[in-house]
Parts: sequence; C-alpha cells; structure tokens
Amino acid sequence: MNYKLDELRQLEAEGIHIMREVAAELERPVLLFSGGKDSIVLLRLAEKAFRPGRFPFPLMHIDTGHNFPEVIDYRDRRVAELGEELIVASVQESIDQGRVKEETGPRASRNQLQTTTLLDGIEKHGFDAAFGGARRDEERARAKERIFSFRDDFGQWDPKEQRPELWNIYNGRVRKGEHVRVFPISNWTELDVWSYIQAEELEVPSIYFAHEREVFRRDGMLLAASDFVALQEGEKTFTASVRYRTVGDMAVTGGVESTAASIDEVVGEIAATRITERGETRADDRASEAAMEDRKRVGYF
Amino acid sequence: MSATSNGHGAANPEAGAPDLLRLATAGSVDDGKSTLIGRLLFDSKLVFEDQLEHVTETSKRRGDGYVNLALLTDGLRAEREQGITIDVAYRYFATPKRRFIIADTPGHEQYTRNMVTGASTADLSVVLIDARNGVTSQSRRHASISSLLGIHHLVVCVNKMDLVDWDESVFKSVKADFQNVAEKLEVPDITFIPISALNGDNVVDLSEAAPWYPGPALLDHLERVDVSRDRNLVDGRFPVQYVIRPMSDSHHDYRGYAGQVASGVFRPGEEVVVLPSGKRTHIAAIDTFDGEAKAAFPPMSVTLLLEDDVAVSRGDMIAHADAAPEATRALRATVCWMDDAPLRAGAKLAVKLATKSVRAVVEDVCCRLDVETLDHDDDADELGLNDMGTVELRLSSPLVADPYVTNRGTGSFILIDESTNHTVGAGMVA
Repeated sequence: MNYKLDELRQLEAEGIHIMREVAAELERPVLLFSGGKDSIVLLRLAEKAFRPGRFPFPLMHIDTGHNFPEVIDYRDRRVAELGEELIVASVQESIDQGRVKEETGPRASRNQLQTTTLLDGIEKHGFDAAFGGARRDEERARAKERIFSFRDDFGQWDPKEQRPELWNIYNGRVRKGEHVRVFPISNWTELDVWSYIQAEELEVPSIYFAHEREVFRRDGMLLAASDFVALQEGEKTFTASVRYRTVGDMAVTGGVESTAASIDEVVGEIAATRITERGETRADDRASEAAMEDRKRVGYF
Repeated sequence: MSATSNGHGAANPEAGAPDLLRLATAGSVDDGKSTLIGRLLFDSKLVFEDQLEHVTETSKRRGDGYVNLALLTDGLRAEREQGITIDVAYRYFATPKRRFIIADTPGHEQYTRNMVTGASTADLSVVLIDARNGVTSQSRRHASISSLLGIHHLVVCVNKMDLVDWDESVFKSVKADFQNVAEKLEVPDITFIPISALNGDNVVDLSEAAPWYPGPALLDHLERVDVSRDRNLVDGRFPVQYVIRPMSDSHHDYRGYAGQVASGVFRPGEEVVVLPSGKRTHIAAIDTFDGEAKAAFPPMSVTLLLEDDVAVSRGDMIAHADAAPEATRALRATVCWMDDAPLRAGAKLAVKLATKSVRAVVEDVCCRLDVETLDHDDDADELGLNDMGTVELRLSSPLVADPYVTNRGTGSFILIDESTNHTVGAGMVA
C-alpha cells in the first residue's frame, strides 16, 4: 500500500472535513442549492460527511424566477431522492413585497436582486452559516476569499478584514446576526468539478449537455430565447446545439456551442477550453473590472 | 490500493491519476513573483483567452509596455491600484502529471502573517531572489518562515538572470550566500534554479541562454518532487470532529466518530485509546459513504466505529494505543502574532487545536524571534503584529497535542480573541 490519495480524493476529503467543522461548530447552517453543478457536488460531499445520518442543515434555493425548467425539475427530484428539507426563497416575492425593484431595459436581470432575497432568507431563518459552491478559480476576487468567509450583520464582505486562515483550522465564531459563508470546494477547479461528477456518476440537469435550443447572439454570447428577455433591434433567434457551463438567471446566462452529449464528452471539452467559465457565460461579470468584488462586498454569493 | 473497498468512487492513484502539490510563493514586491506565477500559468497554457485579453488591455491602459502577467494574479481593486499584492491568493494550474495549488503570499515586510498563512498548507515553498540584489533580509525571512512552518522542500529561484547577462558566477554566488543562511534552517531539500520570469527562461522549458545550467526547469522540478514522505504515517492521530448518530430505524445503534486522519494509518481491529479520558477499545470498522475501508490514512475523512460503548465526543482524540500523546494543561509554542494590539503575559485567549477549543492564559512571552536570523531576543516581553516568538500558555482544560515538528495536524493551533472573535495568532507546539 502506498497510502496515497489522488488529487480529487484529497479535495473531497478536505470538503468533507470543512462541512463537518461547520456542522459541529455553528448552530444553524444552511446549504445553498441552485441545481447547478457546484452545488450538486456539495450535496454529494454532504452525503459523504453525514450519512447514514441526515444532513444537519436544510437546503435553500434562491429562486430568481428566471429558471431553466430543466433545472427546477432536477432540483425537486434530487431533493426528494435525498429526503432532505428544501427552503425556496423567491426573488419574485422580494419584488412583490417591495424589498427590491425589478431592473428594466433589455439587459435587465435578477442577478443583483438575489442578494437581498438571500440575506432576507438568512435573517428570517436565523442561519449563522451558509454553504456555497463558489470556487477560487472562478474569478480574481474569489481567489482571495477565505474558506470560512465572515459576513457582518449587513451581510457584507470586507476583503481587507478577513480572518487569517491557517492549516485546516477554521474560525467560524459569529455573534448574533452575523454569519459565515463557507466554501467547501474553494480549492476545486471547473475541471475538478466535472471530473468528480464523472467519477461519482452524479446526475446533472440536462442543460449541461448539448441540446438544440432557440437562441440569439448578444455581447458575443448565445442567450436562450425566453419570456425573461426581450430581443433588441438586429437580434434574431436561431436554433443551435448548445450546452451550458453555468446555471444562472436565464436572461444573462450564455450557452456554448457544443455537441458534447455525455459526461465524458463534456469533461473532454472543459479540459480543452480556452475561455473561463464566467468569461464565456456570465454577462453580469463582464460589467466591470471589479464587478464580482463589488457584488461580494454587499453580500452576494 | 484503493482507499475504499467499493470500486465506485474510490481513489485509485495507481491508475496514474494526478496527485496534488500545494506550494507557497514568496518574494519581495519587485522580485517578480506575480510575473513568475503568471508565467507558469501562461506557459503551461492555463491562462484563458479572456483573461489574457483582459490583462493585455489593462497593461496597455497602464502603459506597462509589455503584457504584464502580474495582472493575472492581482485580484482586488486596491491591489490593482497600488500595484502590489496585499493578501494571500490561491491559484490553480495543472499538468498531466500533477495539479498545483499556489498560495501566493505577499513579500512586503508588514505582511508576515500572510506568509505564515500561505506556508501553513504548503508542501513546498518557492523563494524568489533578484539576481542583481542577491540574498536580502526579505529572502532570509521567507526561508526562515518556510522552515518554521515545517516545509521540507525549498526552491530558490534566482530571477532576472537576463539582467546580469546570465552570468554563472552571479548564480553561484547567490547560491553560496543562501546556503550559508540555510545552515540554520531545518529544510532537508533545497533546489536552486536560475530563471527569467519575464522571458520565461527555465520556468517551463530549459533556456538556451544558460548552457551552463543542466536543469531542471522549475515546472519539471515541481512535477517530480516527492512530498508523500513528508507525512507522518507512524503515529495514529484521529481528532474527532462530529458524532454521527442517526437513531433511525435502519441505523438504530449506529454511533460513528467522524473526522479526518491527522497522521498514522488506522486499521479495523487495532487497539486505540480515546483521549483525554484514556479509555481503550478497538476499531470495529472504518466507515465511508462508499463502503468500509481497509485502512484510513491522512488526509482521508472517514467515520470510525468502535467496539465498545465508550464516551467519545467532538474534541476528543482517538490515537494508537501503543504510542498515544499526553494530554496537557500547559503548552510551550512558537507563535506568530497577527493582531494590532501586542500579545503580553496575562492575555486571555481561546486556543483551537485540531477539533478542540479551550481557554488559555498567556503565562509568559519567553522570547522574540528575529525571523531574519532566527536569533532569540530573551529580553522581549511582548509580541507585536507580525512578530514571532516563544510563548507559554496555561489551559483551562487539557489538550492533546504533539510537537509540530513531528505532527503538523496535532501540533498546530490558532488563537482567537473572544471579545472580537478575530483570529489573532497562529501557534506551533514546541
């Protein structure tokens, strides 16, 4: 025996350790589950961390209302299979209650609005820790975020006042009203996530595989034609074979042209890609050089 | 050998799956550290087109006159404005042989705490030295911190060799100077590589500019260096994180102790001792989601089932019965202080070591370490921000610990100020 773990199993062991620390040290954690690939990995890590027991936390979906129907189907199926509790916090409700105002214009999305719904959800249920599937390879501001990321009672992240994080010893201490965001797959790359989904034979929503869809081109991305987005002058819809690299607000999440219909083919494409996940598929991150940093500061995922 | 008995989802390193190397980079602001990392990412083709486009545009706007690869790693707005790296950033790249996690830590003096943080998870440390300046106090500090944090592998990159015309005697003299410094360190493996991060010489491929240097190139070395033997596979230590007790119909009597193996190898049937109670029992099974495992070793996260119904809770340590550590109410440790207000005798803090938190009072600040020379100042009675020194702590209840040099997992702790909840220090048990 050589007593070695390969890279994926080392990352898995780290993720399980992080989840158990949170379950042991915080009073009321929640796991943010979007139905996207990263949170799908979180659910598997939670199974590995806590079975045969139940998860010591509920799941929460911040529902923009701008969903790919395939993702909602998947979400409900997966939650039922796990037998765990799902809380849905709805952006539509935040709008109806006047907590936030719907953006207008052709590029309107509900991405920013999610922050209020998320923070309201955390406050309403008294959560003191929220697991998220964010990865440090996604974006430059994320590369500097701790695994246990402290949020003050306004949900704000202060990148200059982060707690030092050493070895595998985490400080999750919070006062009432404050919380920590915890990112068990901080050290995973997009390819790690797909390789893990492949190794674990995890089901993912069908939109991650190539399918024919009515799309139009905007800002160099292929956006899905839907009720949530109005075509501008000069934009025409056409049918293309696409798959998605991320799951988000349908109005701003771009698909990539692809014929990868199986998990093996997707892993092959990701390994060969020359464009980052967010650069290719998230219009919201293209807004400015520090778009993510600014959103994170006010409480975004 | 796979980690679990169940083939599905099991680890299988023998099939050639890549392993993981965690490295820390350190260097002074102008040593070209960010450029080197940008170069590693770029030359191993891991910079994506949109990132490169962004960096190219920003370089142009700043008037850099070249594609400034340092911009790839400078993440936060303040850094881009000031042109320096102000916090620990984690970078990822991979080759077919290995995956790498870089903890990129700032070189500036006042940021010792970040360097310690970055080094705490690293297997290997890359120290950059500007060929024109030679060994500086900065590079001495980086080497000392790597050594203090128990890193066994050091790579000294003598950078900007193009600016000294690739003169072999410059490289040799830097190497000799550094070897002098290293005599005081406990780093068994030191490798010297002459490079130009800006031009990419000897970073990924061997450079034609230095025919006198036989290799290896930096990346080649990083791909080959063996860190698996750095782990302690002898002393069994399993800090209990969480007790799994489903109390469901199907698992009515299940009581599992979940945690991550800190050191040693555990096998079913072995006699273990639960600390601090000292109760002895045997391992009934090593449970995982993928089935029972035949062995558990670091860094596996598993669940231990014990044969006898002994009281075990979070914070306890399960250890091999024949070589168990002692529980103690007093700790002597090297501490890196990370708070603005200095640490003095009498201070009350929380200590978190492995999965156990206890209160502690500082009995004595014994000495301050000159991180540059590793000399002791025995007259010191306080540690300021970014100081390191030896401290004696008295604990409110017993802790099970090992010396850091033999066991990183059970010899390291953090100090928490309970009034602010901030992490204010990091300690290594003497």
